[in-house]
Formats: sequence, C-alpha cells, structure tokens
Amino acid sequence: MEALFGIPVVGLVFQFAAYLIQVLPLIAPIIVVLAAPIGLGALCGFMNERTGVVNIGIEGMMLLSAFTGWVTAATVTLLWPEQAPIREVFGATPALVAGLVVAILTGMGVSVAHAWLSISVRADQIISGTVINIIAVGITGYLNILISGKALPTAGSFKAWVPPSALTDLPYVGWVFDALLNQGPIVLTMLISVVVLQVLLFRSRWGLRTRAVGEHPKAAETLGIDVIRTRYRNVILGGIFAGLAGAWFTLEYGNSFQSGMTNGRGFIALAALIFGRWTPLGSLGAALLFTTSEAIGTAIRFQPPSGDLAQLGNIMEGIPPQFYSALPYIVTIVVLAGAVGRSIAPAAVGKPYVRESVS
Amino acid sequence: MARARTLMTVPLLAILMGLVVTGVIMILTSPLIDGSLDVALPFRAYAALIEGSLGTPEQWLDRNFNAIIQTLVEATPLILAGLAVGLGFKAGLFNIGAQGQFLLGGLAAAVVGGLLADTSPWIAVPAALIAGLAVGAAYGFIPGALKAFTGAHEVVTTIMLNYIAIYIMAYLITGPLRDPTATFARTIDVGNAALPIIIGGRNGHIGILIAFLAVPIVWWLLYRSTLGFEIRAVGANPDAARYAGMRPRYLIILTMSLSGLLAGLAGGIQILGLTKHMPIGYSTSLGFDAIAVALLGRSHPVGILLAALLFGAMRAGAGLMQVEAGIPVQMIDLLQGVILFFLAAEVVLRKWFRIRSATGGVPQETTVTRSYGGQTSI
Repeated sequence: MEALFGIPVVGLVFQFAAYLIQVLPLIAPIIVVLAAPIGLGALCGFMNERTGVVNIGIEGMMLLSAFTGWVTAATVTLLWPEQAPIREVFGATPALVAGLVVAILTGMGVSVAHAWLSISVRADQIISGTVINIIAVGITGYLNILISGKALPTAGSFKAWVPPSALTDLPYVGWVFDALLNQGPIVLTMLISVVVLQVLLFRSRWGLRTRAVGEHPKAAETLGIDVIRTRYRNVILGGIFAGLAGAWFTLEYGNSFQSGMTNGRGFIALAALIFGRWTPLGSLGAALLFTTSEAIGTAIRFQPPSGDLAQLGNIMEGIPPQFYSALPYIVTIVVLAGAVGRSIAPAAVGKPYVRESVS
Repeated sequence: MARARTLMTVPLLAILMGLVVTGVIMILTSPLIDGSLDVALPFRAYAALIEGSLGTPEQWLDRNFNAIIQTLVEATPLILAGLAVGLGFKAGLFNIGAQGQFLLGGLAAAVVGGLLADTSPWIAVPAALIAGLAVGAAYGFIPGALKAFTGAHEVVTTIMLNYIAIYIMAYLITGPLRDPTATFARTIDVGNAALPIIIGGRNGHIGILIAFLAVPIVWWLLYRSTLGFEIRAVGANPDAARYAGMRPRYLIILTMSLSGLLAGLAGGIQILGLTKHMPIGYSTSLGFDAIAVALLGRSHPVGILLAALLFGAMRAGAGLMQVEAGIPVQMIDLLQGVILFFLAAEVVLRKWFRIRSATGGVPQETTVTRSYGGQTSI
C-alpha cells in the first residue's frame, strides 16, 4: 500500500481511498441518517415522475410538513405535558405520533393541490412546483414568526431502534448492520420503502400500470387503465414520502423548526432520482453518495488523515471548511451533468394527459 | 389596447384573489397576534401597506415622497432580476439561479468598488457595476453550458449553484476579502464607487434609472433584434429553430449568460446603492421574488416592470404594516405565492369569472418543462 501512496498525484487517489475505508465505519451511521430526507424525497419524485408528473415542489412539501408536524407535536405537548411513551418503541409519545400523522397528511394535502394543478388544470408542472415552494417558504416563515413568541414546549424526537448485538457485533460487517438498523423510525421506513417499491415497480400490477402511464399514457388508456386516476393516486401517495421527509427534520433528526431548514434537500432528491435512473434503489445509492460527500467534511474535523496519509491530510486540512459544506451541491451538479443522457426519463413526464373526447 | 386589457385581466384577478386569500389567512391566524379573532386585521394591514409604499396626501403636500422613492428602490432589483428570469422563459429556460448570480454579482461589485474607493466616481461606479454584471453573466454561463452540452436541467443546477454561491461568499468574506478593520466579517467600504443619489435625500440612487432603462433595452432585444427573434424561436420550438439554421446550444448558453448578467447587475446596484459593502450572511429572497415578477408580468418587459413595481411597493410598505398591524413582513412572501397559485390555475380563474379565453390576443406560454431529465431536444 505504501508504495501506491508514494506515486505523485495518483498516489493521492489511493490515499483518499484508504482514508475512506478507514473512516467509513465511523461516519456510516451519519451517512444513512442524512440520506433519509433525500431518499424519501426521491421516492416522492419517483411516485410522481413514473406516472408522468414532474414535481419540483418536493422541497416545499418537506418544509411545510416539517413545520406542521413540529407545531402539532409541540401543541399536543403543551396541552398534555405529562406523556407516557407508547410502550418503549422508538421513544414514541402521543405528541410525536400526532406530529408524524399531521406531517404525512400535509404532504398528501399539498400533493392533492399539485395533482389538481398539473393533471386537471394542466398548468405548467414546473410552475406548479415552484408555486408550492414559494408558498411553503412564505407560510412557514409567516407562521413561524407569529408562533416564535409563544414559547412552545419541545416534544423531543424519535429514538433509534437498538438492533440485537448478535448482528452488530459480527466481525467486519457488523458496522454495516449498525449503520443501517440502529436508526429512528423514519430512516427505517425509508430503507424498507425503497426495497418494497423497487420490487413493486417491476413485479406488480401497480408497477406495470404506473410505468405504462408514465411512458405511454394513450396506450395505457386504450388498455383500460384510467390514466387520470392512476396519476392522481400515485401523486397523492407520493406525498406520504414528502411528509415523512419533512417529519424527519423536526421529529427525528432535530426537535425544532427553523425557516428554510430543508436547505435544498428536495432538489438534491430530484437529482438523486435522475442519477438513480428513476428507480428507488438507484436513488438511494445516489442519496448515499451525496451524504457521503457531506459526511467527509465532518470526518476531517474529527479524524484527519495521518500517518501514511499525512500528505493527503495536509491537503484536506488546507481546504477551507466552506468547500466541504458546498460539496454535496457540487457533487449534485457533477453527477447530474454526467448522468443525464445515459439516464432516460419516463417518456411522458411533464406532459399533461388529455383524454380523447367520448362523443 | 384591447389586447393589453385581455392580457392584464388574469394577472389582475390573480392579484385580487391573492389579497382575498391572504386576508382570510390573516384573519384565521389573528388570534396568534392579539389573542382574538380580528376580522378588520387585513384591512388595517393593507391600508398600512398602501400608506407605507405610496405615502399620504399630507406627506405629498410637504413634498415628502420618501415612500414612493422607497418603492422605486425596492422595485429596482426586482425589475432587473425579473427581466433576467423573463428572458430565460422566452428561450424556454427556467433560471432559478438569479439568487446566486445576484449575490456573486454584488460581491464582485463590492470588491472592485472597494479597490477603486479613492478614484473618481466616473471610473469607480462603472467599473464596479461592470464587475458585477460580468460575474453574474459568468455564473449564468455555467448552467447554460451544462444544459447545452450535457442536458443537465437548469432547474436543478441553478438551485445547486445558489447554495454554492452562499459558501463561496462565506469563504471569501471571512477569508481573503475580509475588511481587516471591521468587527464583523464584511468587505471594505466602496467609497466613491457608491451609486450617486439622484432623487430624494437618502436612497434614491441612480440604479433606479438603470433598471428603468433596462426595460426598453430588453424589449428591443427580444422583439426588434435578430438575436431576440432567435431566442424566442428556440423557446417556442427548438427543433424548428434548428431546421431554420439557428444554433440552440449557442442560444441557450447566451440566454443564460444574459440572464445572469441582468441578475448580477441587480446585485451590483443593490450593494453599491444601499449597503456600500458586502456583509457576511447577506440574505435575500430575490431569486423567488424574481420568478414571481416574471410570471406575473408574463415574461413581457413592460409586464415585468409593472409587476416589479407592485412587489416593490409591497416590500416598501411591509415595514409600516408590521408596525401598525403587527403582521410579520413574511406575509409578503405568502401573498406572492398565493398570487402565483392563481396565475398557475389560470384556466380555473377564467371559468370562475367567466372570461372568454382570448387565445387571439394571448400568446401561448412556452412550456418550461420541456427537455426535463435526459430528453434534451438539442
């Protein structure tokens, strides 16, 4: 290995790979945690785009759900301060569960508006998504200011599940199980949903119909599939994932709301969807790639490359910290530029469907 | 004139519906402000908004036009950034990156202005403004080139570039470009590069004039020049444009650069005219505001001017609204969003208000969703 590290320039690549292998067990849990909103957002986009509806309003849906979920949980806590946890699963209290439900309903409700604008009204779907984003920023900003003086109590947040130690103590692969399973309910839901939807997409009647509607709605309609209804159903179901993603911000990862806290995650989710070739598993892979680039910035601070990797360490510590903060966004652009062209969108995406008149 | 009327009916109805719906939201949330349901709250809020943006007749008799000047000052960046987004729409491009182009343009203007702080204003002001628009154009060039050569959709790339711009700014202002004498991280003062005041005592800087001049220039570019014809042709139908011998790739890059140029100019004017330096954490909602302006103005330069004046007036009056009615200024963002919602649901608005669809007078909107994902038709 040391011989490889010594090669000028290229050696740095080997050093970087070695460093990544070295710190991966350390940063893997945070990589998976941070991937939740992106993976869930991509699932929302997946449900939309596979049926032929573009949704760039995921960011706004997340922000709104994050807000409503947080307000609900805080209000319930305000009204009933003493809450016994509902058994000892995920540290769930009635307040947190209520918040989660309201966040999901918010995602679905906004999706109804988006579905109505883009399917029935046949408005430009990018404009419709932009409207959702602008309204979300406006209404959460407005209400957050109104609420900020009210001193709402904190409802806490969901706790991680503790997987059996027989699994996490396994040599060599134990840390993988720990990173994937020692997680809160929303992260686990994301991981399960990705696998389930991947199977359903290619192995179920629903998946076949969804793909048909997204690729060639007219042909689907002639086979008796109700294009409009399929699109409505999938877009609204997709809202569940945006709602969960929002809830992740205020009920699982954190326990408070700041305006604009989604920070472009909804848009990164879209890029993950494109890079993942419009499949759930692919999107999750892309999401993990983005969050790895984010976690490296953290790793540098806690465990900088040293010893054999000192040369890399000097370079990486010389780079300003803002670069590491910007890295996920840079990676998104690079990935998008490289993936598009090789990654083909559902053929009917963005095109409103006009049913042939019956008469 | 009849055509202008049909064009303006729907935007005006959308504004009306926006005021009504936002008013209802204000009433519903009024218990959070003063403890009880207050039906009169929207009326007080809107009255304060108008007074804050236009002033009162008594003030006018005293030759005090500060409110109107403040409206013009607030409208200035909206006009330029609105033109930037509208220009993109004409070519079928959705530039959500006006924010990043604005910030980096402003930073460049602040830096060049700071370097030339002691030279003659005749040199310092133009040089700083040119730096702003050049950097804005360069930052618009990136998503344009990415779209033209790789097909990466500008909606995602421009948003990513907005975030990247924030970190570039944070690095430069806390690092190499920091004013060593300042307590808080900021660039050095622009001195003589500050925009000269042309109306009123305080903020009525020459940037207002520049923004108003940009309107006929962009109009001429779009509707009287060959380049504008090509931009509109590519926006309407890229395939047809290519068959006619135009170069869609070149036009995409050029349009995005021009769009970035206008947004960068807006940033330069805002910094040189108002703050006189670029502070750390300078934040703005200009990116989304500009989209709202361009959509409400239907991407037409004159429409954009009117829409920018309206939203500028709202921003100018928001302060008084907060003082007199206790409504947070964020209400303006909400109002803009609701207005856009009704604009997007134009068909429904027409049905509700029984407006005949005047397809003869109303140009078909270009669909910006084209070429999403991998499907570039270049």
